[in-house]
Amino acid sequence: MSRTPPVPLHMQRTPFDPITDLARLRTEAPVSLAEAPMGPVRFPAWLVTRYDDVREVLGDAIRFSNSGQAVRAHVAAAVDEETAARLPLAAQGSLIGYDPPDHTRLRRMLTPKFTVKRMRRLQPRIEAIVTEHLDVMQDNGGPVDLVQAFALPVPSLVICELLGVPYADRADFQRRSNAQLDLSQSLEDRRAVFEESRAYMAELVRRQRSDPGDDLLGALVREHGDELPDEELIGLGGLLLLAGHETTANMLALGALLLLRHPDQLALLRDDPGIVDQAVEELMRYLTIVHSGVIRTATQDVTIGGKPIKAGDAIVCSLPSANRDQALADEPDVLDLTRKPTSHVAFGHGIHHCLGAPLARMEMRIAYPALLRRFPALRLAVPFEEVPFRTYSAVYGVRSLPVAW
Amino acid sequence: MRVHADREICVGAGNCVFAAPEVFDQNDDGTVELLDPRPAAEHHDNVRDAVARCPSGAISLPEPG
Ligand code: HEM
Ligand code: SF4
Repeated sequence: MSRTPPVPLHMQRTPFDPITDLARLRTEAPVSLAEAPMGPVRFPAWLVTRYDDVREVLGDAIRFSNSGQAVRAHVAAAVDEETAARLPLAAQGSLIGYDPPDHTRLRRMLTPKFTVKRMRRLQPRIEAIVTEHLDVMQDNGGPVDLVQAFALPVPSLVICELLGVPYADRADFQRRSNAQLDLSQSLEDRRAVFEESRAYMAELVRRQRSDPGDDLLGALVREHGDELPDEELIGLGGLLLLAGHETTANMLALGALLLLRHPDQLALLRDDPGIVDQAVEELMRYLTIVHSGVIRTATQDVTIGGKPIKAGDAIVCSLPSANRDQALADEPDVLDLTRKPTSHVAFGHGIHHCLGAPLARMEMRIAYPALLRRFPALRLAVPFEEVPFRTYSAVYGVRSLPVAW
Repeated sequence: MRVHADREICVGAGNCVFAAPEVFDQNDDGTVELLDPRPAAEHHDNVRDAVARCPSGAISLPEPG
């Protein structure tokens, strides 16, 4: 059971910071050959560590594809063609694994649903959800696992209501999301959990087709039902459900832990409502919980950071490393919640830049201050060394966070 | 300062609306809406910030300054 594959370089942290090897690469070998994971298969990929180079790769969807071709080719070579063909990548039939023009077609259907204005309309409902969860925590008393009591349920309930997914199904979809992001799973387990997720979403889509709700899935069916094949509706629904709760949940829990380790910064955020927007951007930059996003495939021979890269090569962009580059900010390794917002890449860059960014920002700007103000004496209920981190997950964070107050 | 916004390129991430709400908004289709193509000097810093934070390169400053 205790099969523990080595953690790829770009996913190693200590425990908040990207390992110093990444900083060394950034100055000495900004584009270098490293190993990328797909279950037990490890394959060579170009690791891009500088801010400018990362922006160049992510900003160019023509020369750098999200289709996953490179990953498939490596799996075909290491295992066999059939396994490679059936490999469940990011989310099939969905936005994030598409290149233009298909990406453009789907993204245009979705952007109207996620505008800053629309997300602001959700504000009262998100505030109510946050308050309810804090009330329950307070009534039950500590110690409590902040992940299960707050960080995970709040964004889960928000995305369920937004999408039109029954919240009662949360235990199952939370388990599946976790497994889908776990890069240490065998390829068979990985495929099984992706198939289970698709079957679940297929059933929701079937119900929405016969009786579209006034939620997002219902709206997509009503407005675009004829142009969207089931395959794509299922892929989109699955991506939105997964990306919509795992990411924010991990930011909330890991962010709370980081603040507990920086009491001066915690006090700033708790006591000064005026800095919340900057603070959220700085926590996003400093923690950069998405290690790399989708592995890109070069579509032609290119040169990045002086390195010749061949068509078909795999490319991993280290988002945490880019966000600790001097080219982005002065003293990038310092956590400063009053820092002027940077043009960080924690939400990605280019055409795949996070669709849910306005929602995630809204959730974080409500949740952090509410938590810190409700429990001004919030503290860790176990020694720091005992906090379990999500070592093998594509989205970094903590597995649990026992706190008291 | 003159600001240019290209809706064909915009991916509707809303970063510009956060950076410079006086100058940028989003249309019903989610793409950028330029509220003020010639913003007053007091907004110039925020506009430059918005250009830097736009993930798609949809907004630009055709003239220096
Ligand atoms: C703090 C929370 C979040 C973080 C750190 C985050 C991060 C990211 C990153 C880095 C990407 C780009 C991936 C790549 O280029 O390979 C991305 C894309 C995406 N995110 Fe988020 N995200 C967050 C919250 C959300 C939420 C709440 C939603 C829900 C609706 C969401 C939906 C998406 C979608 C649909 C994409 C794909 C966009 C495309 O391919 O055009 N994210 N996110
Ligand atoms: S930041 Fe750029 S991509 Fe995002 S809405 Fe504004 S113009 Fe469009």
